Amino acid sequence: MEPNVVNTPIDPKQIPGWGVDADPKNDPTYPMRARMNVTQDPDPKHRPDTLQPVDVEKLRSIERPNITAVYGTTVPPMGLSGAIRRLAFKYSENRYRHWLPLIVADRVQVVEGILDDLVHGKVPNIWAEKGYDVEWKHNRSAFVTKMATIAAVTAGTIIWLNSGSKNKGFRRRDNQRRY
Amino acid sequence: MLAMEYRGPKRVRAVQKPMPEIKHPQDAIVRVLRTCICGSDLHLYNGNVPDTRVGSTFGHEFIGEVVEIGSEVTKLKTGDRVIVPFNIACGECHFCRQGMFGNCHESNTEATAVGGIFGYSHTAGGYDGGQAEYARVPYANVGPTIIPEGMDLDDAVLLTDVVPTGYQAAEMAGIQPNDTVVVFGAGPVGIMAARCAWLFGAGRVIIIDKQDYRLEFARNYSYCEAYNFEEIGDPVVFIKKITDWMGADVVIDAVGAEAAGSAMQTITGRKLLLQAGSATAVHWAINSVKKGGVVSIVGVYGPTDNLIPIGNVLNKGLTIRANQASVKRLLPRLIEHIQNGTLNPKGLITHRIPLAEVADGYRMFSAKLDNCIKPVMIP
Ligand SMILES: [Zn+2]
Ligand SMILES: [Zn+2]
Repeated sequence: MEPNVVNTPIDPKQIPGWGVDADPKNDPTYPMRARMNVTQDPDPKHRPDTLQPVDVEKLRSIERPNITAVYGTTVPPMGLSGAIRRLAFKYSENRYRHWLPLIVADRVQVVEGILDDLVHGKVPNIWAEKGYDVEWKHNRSAFVTKMATIAAVTAGTIIWLNSGSKNKGFRRRDNQRRY
Repeated sequence: MLAMEYRGPKRVRAVQKPMPEIKHPQDAIVRVLRTCICGSDLHLYNGNVPDTRVGSTFGHEFIGEVVEIGSEVTKLKTGDRVIVPFNIACGECHFCRQGMFGNCHESNTEATAVGGIFGYSHTAGGYDGGQAEYARVPYANVGPTIIPEGMDLDDAVLLTDVVPTGYQAAEMAGIQPNDTVVVFGAGPVGIMAARCAWLFGAGRVIIIDKQDYRLEFARNYSYCEAYNFEEIGDPVVFIKKITDWMGADVVIDAVGAEAAGSAMQTITGRKLLLQAGSATAVHWAINSVKKGGVVSIVGVYGPTDNLIPIGNVLNKGLTIRANQASVKRLLPRLIEHIQNGTLNPKGLITHRIPLAEVADGYRMFSAKLDNCIKPVMIP
């Protein structure tokens, strides 16, 4: 069938497969169990027979009684970020106290990651990791503007901070005179 | 082996990592043949998903060739080429037995609101993903599906997420014959959802996005109408207008947490991270669907910290149907109940307030003073 190059309402019946899955039972509240023809009892206590041995530190939601039968073993909690994560997992998934510390831990771990690189004699190539080469290639003018803005803001901030510390005394005297 | 590694917001790199190992007798190791970056990976990449640990490998869309199997793997053998669904499912738990493989209770230790997902942060189980040469695939008897003879591998890899997610978006929408379906988001999933809406008998399909190239693609691929929300004014008003001021029968949110288009949402969600992403699309969906219509959400939202935990609604596969009561329809039956003594509504009244003291009445009720349940005013 022809593609719809302009926004014309089209005759649905011409579309390949139109209506093939239409089903009066296709209702969002139609019981999933019936739709799946489930004959087994969906026993809530049933667990897989074999459990993955717990040989790495695995943080666990307090909303479940145990570690799942399988789990991911990547990047166990380490260092300061790990300590923050352990703390976060003392609170339920229902709490900001769980999620916000995790975001903080993520940021802390970014710094830990850079330090870890340096310790291992590797200077992280942040330009490359951020994919700036492609930005430079495909989005040059916007990219230059962005970088210039960041540079200007950074320079401006430094100047402002410096001038702020030097002029503090003066400013206070100014104020006193005026009032 | 070579693998993608996350180093921080908008910082990733390819590094040498140890080969994945069999950790459980139902594990398999696959050599990755195809893997995609998904729109939802961007939430991780931008640092918006809590517990995205530095050193993780992303990638939940991949297919591969089995190179090693655990002792309890019976349905696969080495050399098989498999589609690996993005969700990790045991096939035996309460939820898997009901076919809710995306909600398995035995694959994610770190959270209960979402099942295990390859390469999708520790909030989704802490598994390394398939953006690597090799990947560990747990529960290899359940999810991995042998790629049919002759199927293009590019087609196969889209069966790990995009196609089923788009299809399910349309399915969950309960589309009835000749319904008008609006899809927010012309990414791969939205485009697939628009295409699948026709399979369920839609009469009209409209897709909304802000990138012209995506809209043009959607128009051609999904045979639908496509509009740029930056050109149509308020998208909610626009949808009302083109549906005889009724609203769409069905709206599908295929955008999720990176939604643009609302300053308030962008600032609180995407910049300040006070919400689990920007809930613009779900706002638009709710406001542009017609009364009694269905909103189907497949756009990814983070966990609990939206003002309403909309991400958990999605991750837990909840059904939300809601309405104000159609009183007229219910009255005859309710009158019967009261006449029979089945119901005793007046038992709720706790306070009788003279009209002169209306301010006190309001105060009492709103501040829940004096155990006030139901005040009645007497003029
Ligand atoms: Zn995906
Ligand atoms: Zn399960």
